[in-house]
Amino acid sequence: MLADDLRGVFYIVLKDLRAYYFKPPNISWGLLFPFAFVLAFAIRNPGDVRDLVPGLLALTVLFGTSSMEAIVIVFERRIGSLERLLLAPVRLPALLAGKLLGGMVFGLTVTLAVLVIVLIVFGGDGIHWPLLILSLLLSAAAFSALGAFVSVVVKEVFEAQTLANFIRFPMMFLGGVFVPVASMPPALQIIARALPLTYSVEALRAALVDSSPANGVLDLVALAAFTVVLFALAVRVLAQRLD
Amino acid sequence: MNTAIEVWQLTKVYPQGKASQPLRAVDSIDFTVHEGEVFGFLGPNGAGKTTTIRMLTGLSRPTSGRARVLGFDLASDVTRIKKRIGVVPEASNLYDELSAFDNLIFAMQLYGVPRSERAARARDLLARFGLSEKRDIPFAKLSRGMKRALTIAAALAHRPPLVFLDEPTTGLDVMSARNLRRMIARLRDEGVTIFLTTHYLEEAERLCDRIAIIVEGRIVALDTVDGLKATIQEAPVVEVTLADASNAIETRRIEGNDVATAVRAALDQADGRRVLAINTIRPTLEDVFVRLTGLSAEVMLAEKAGRGQANAGG
Repeated sequence: MLADDLRGVFYIVLKDLRAYYFKPPNISWGLLFPFAFVLAFAIRNPGDVRDLVPGLLALTVLFGTSSMEAIVIVFERRIGSLERLLLAPVRLPALLAGKLLGGMVFGLTVTLAVLVIVLIVFGGDGIHWPLLILSLLLSAAAFSALGAFVSVVVKEVFEAQTLANFIRFPMMFLGGVFVPVASMPPALQIIARALPLTYSVEALRAALVDSSPANGVLDLVALAAFTVVLFALAVRVLAQRLD
Repeated sequence: MNTAIEVWQLTKVYPQGKASQPLRAVDSIDFTVHEGEVFGFLGPNGAGKTTTIRMLTGLSRPTSGRARVLGFDLASDVTRIKKRIGVVPEASNLYDELSAFDNLIFAMQLYGVPRSERAARARDLLARFGLSEKRDIPFAKLSRGMKRALTIAAALAHRPPLVFLDEPTTGLDVMSARNLRRMIARLRDEGVTIFLTTHYLEEAERLCDRIAIIVEGRIVALDTVDGLKATIQEAPVVEVTLADASNAIETRRIEGNDVATAVRAALDQADGRRVLAINTIRPTLEDVFVRLTGLSAEVMLAEKAGRGQANAGG
């Protein structure tokens, strides 16, 4: 059964990447969106651009993983092809893992392109690579699980986009991308601690700016916990919806 | 005779039905499907047909009861069952973005068909369903009949010995429906067991070896087509068509203890008029269906069409 599930995960990822993700509009959206935000901030505060790099990467992962994934899952649920996958010898957690990995692969591919540009502009000195790779992987997993959760609690594609934006946009401003969490009012700091983006930005900052793995370990644990909880919730809700 | 499906007291209760009351969609049904037969599952909309298929194919968990499919227990061996069955849902829902060929390849990948066999099998299936010319056309651009055919082809790609067909010909034009019926008959000839739901009673009559009729979640009849007809025909009936000297035509139906008695009675009633035709009248499957469900086939099809439009609109 595990072999059936693993095979299912692999081919669902391949099919989704081919059918949905790697289309020019998705790639351009995934690349342009975070740059637009950072550019807007950089014009306002030109001296702080380097400090924005962790936030830029975290935003790229967030939007790259979750945007299309939520749409794909809701769309396939609506036309019945998600259920069609369940007719094959693939269990529901494996099906959803395939969807989650598809979002991760796309998000990380777009992020890799952004990372290359960052390295060209700012250089790679002082980067803690193992921490950076783990931070990107776990950020992608957490955000992809968030996208999966959003997609199973709604029924329509537009609801998925609305709910995803309802979560992502406040998270963008409270998650330490533009303003460090420590300098926020205490009430907002409490909210920031409940957001996966906060841990993503902090882990990436530890890898890129501080070059200190010790500072990032707890953030990685938090991202892993978000992944597990959101994925488990998504599986549970989807099982109820499909029964 | 080996059994493909055995069902005991299978029940599905949805916690919130209409008016917030629990809904017993399927209520303690028992039946057996033999290997190699075409088993029809008929009933009005909402009778429990699709819910039964969803349970037997592992999409929905039964509230109570048991079932064995191809010898495997539904509760504990659902993955083994899924590997050995093909399912054609009511909607043709393959992947719009993938070509006809790639949709078949994807279906085979999910079922673990060896890589070396996939392309040949896909080509065979496309040829068999008359889709070879459409091999590289995206699913979205195929006609409705072609989409249906490809959906059935995808369900057969891993060569399952048991296939569930949920309303396979609904919404198709006459030629496409006829081709699909031929394909179903051919599968039966090849020994594939078929579990078929349909709203077309003539289709069921023509294709099915045995038929179960389900009403409000309960099976109210299960027999061969002839057996079902026999249950509602108490005595033979003949229909005689008479013409008088002015060519005025009258048709009468006469019942008798046996066909010969009924024919004699019909001839006695001619009163010097010419007998144009004498036919024995046998009940149709529709007569059986109307008697058992209180719903005519026309009403059932109209309901179906209405639901289709509602779906398309929503």
